[in-house]
Amino acid sequence: MTVATLLTKQRGDGLDLFASGSWTAENARALEPLIDAVTRPNFPLRSVAIDLAQVDHIDTYGAWLLERALRIWSKQGCGAKITGLSEDYRSLFEKIRSGTHELTAKPPRPNPIFATLESVGRTMAAVGSDIQLLAQMAGALVLALARVSVRPTRFRFTSMVNHLERVGWLAVPIIVLITFLIGSILAQQGIFHFRKFGAEVYVVDMVGVLVLREVGVLIVCIMVAGRSGSAYTAELGSMKMREEIDALRTMGFDPIEVLILPRILALVIAVPILTFLGSMAALYGGGLVAWLYGGIDPVVFISRLREAISVETFEVGMIKAPFMAVIIGLVACVEGLQVRGSAESLGAKTTSSVVKSIFLVIVLDGAFAIFFASIGM
Amino acid sequence: MANGPTDAVIRVRDVVVDVESHRVLNGIDVDLYRGEILGFVGASGAGKSVLTRTIIGLMPKRQGLIEAFGVDLDKANDSQKRTIDRRWGVLFQQGALFSSLTVGKNVEFPIREYLRLSNRLTTEMAIAKLEMVGLKPDVYRDYPSELSGGMIKRVALARALALDPEILFLDEPTSGLDPISAAEFDQLILTLQQTLGISVFMVTHDLDSLHRACDRIAVLGDGKIIEAGTMEKMMASQHPWLKSYFHGVRAHADWQVAVKG
Repeated sequence: MTVATLLTKQRGDGLDLFASGSWTAENARALEPLIDAVTRPNFPLRSVAIDLAQVDHIDTYGAWLLERALRIWSKQGCGAKITGLSEDYRSLFEKIRSGTHELTAKPPRPNPIFATLESVGRTMAAVGSDIQLLAQMAGALVLALARVSVRPTRFRFTSMVNHLERVGWLAVPIIVLITFLIGSILAQQGIFHFRKFGAEVYVVDMVGVLVLREVGVLIVCIMVAGRSGSAYTAELGSMKMREEIDALRTMGFDPIEVLILPRILALVIAVPILTFLGSMAALYGGGLVAWLYGGIDPVVFISRLREAISVETFEVGMIKAPFMAVIIGLVACVEGLQVRGSAESLGAKTTSSVVKSIFLVIVLDGAFAIFFASIGM
Repeated sequence: MANGPTDAVIRVRDVVVDVESHRVLNGIDVDLYRGEILGFVGASGAGKSVLTRTIIGLMPKRQGLIEAFGVDLDKANDSQKRTIDRRWGVLFQQGALFSSLTVGKNVEFPIREYLRLSNRLTTEMAIAKLEMVGLKPDVYRDYPSELSGGMIKRVALARALALDPEILFLDEPTSGLDPISAAEFDQLILTLQQTLGISVFMVTHDLDSLHRACDRIAVLGDGKIIEAGTMEKMMASQHPWLKSYFHGVRAHADWQVAVKG
């Protein structure tokens, strides 16, 4: 690639410039300092003459650099004249000259203290509007459920079964594996520490109560929020982006009834089943570790378990499951419908769907703990 | 510029492309000459986009030769390929703007990657490009999701033009635009072709754009080029598909007058 040059010759209070070579994008990096130098002369400049006769190629980069210099000179009150511009490039020059090339000034940056306060305020308002949206979605869901129960033929049974397969059946292996591991770890840790007091056998009580009341349902819900809640948000979000939801609406279908109700009902059915399977897998893992690591015979484990837990313990965990499922589903669908045009917003909403649903699942678990304690379960 | 005025910047010879074991292109020969606007038409699903994507290297071909600026793209090494990528710009059908970047950063993206100019000059060039495609400089700070369809096409064109390419690939540039915006867009392409001297490869369905902007037209059918030449040649052709395309209900009576007169 040929290089570009700009020769300078001083003539009284004027400058003669001789440009040559390729004034193109490749050379723009080298040309910019040359242009900067001639627009900052160390003497009062009155007139400039630029000779472009030796230039063999100009593109928008070269044309803009010359135009930039011309603008600076005209601001300094210095006359400039271009000679030797080939006819081929005249229209390019005129195109570049016709632009304003200026952005309107950015609004001034606000005071950082006020900006922080403002963002705190906005976050609080966003929490408020989140709660409102969740309540609206819950209301719309109840309405859709009521409409469907009046005319059951309207219910999208196939869609629900499809979702049930994806969030329930296909989730079984990973849920069982993870809860099995959690049960094993609980038992191992319990035996390790209880051994100091010679109370290994109470590990059975700990694992039994903990798994059935709390850990089983929590682990399952966190997995479901990460696995299925995020999928719901991403699906609904991309449907929203491609105007599929608007299309449904214009054909007279209610997106809540067609898209959201089957999804949330699928979760409400799947999560209790997964919780049951998960709790059993955790107990099995705990029992296995208690036998192999703690030397507690399976027969002893089972008889001890029978004393330690009651049907009530099991019920406490299972009652929570469908409520957790509703929360995960509601958050996922609300976030999905809030996706706007960009790919970035889809990602942001999917993340916030998972974060919010895990947070709310834990908050709900706390509320249930208080509730069950006060009714003596 | 060393060659004659009608030398080919893109040469496609006997190109065969399969998409999932289905033969879409079966021996395509087409040239894009320097400084011309070539309109590329064909029935929906005939493989116009496939050919474009094959030329720019997004799809593999089964056999054949594709040359850009006299370089065989199969034999080009990485640095030659990078140079060629720099010398052409592509306008995708949906614009394909990066949705996480502002309009300005979208246009600046190739400039930053390839030219490493000062921040000031990069920004100034992005604004100059936006103004060249007829946008106000202030869209610089907007995000693509805030723009209308016509503006997205213009920003995408500004990005395609960012490095002053010698070849511009346009995939249905006027689809989704109203007739007035489409006419303005054709005019814009013509102005840019005249001021910058670029060669344009334009896939289109818009008969008006073929008339207004194109120097030559190539027609794709049954995996081959059925006909290539000027509008007059197309109008005179006896091929059944061409007859129904150029003389069908969408064709305007005044063109035939214009061509005959």
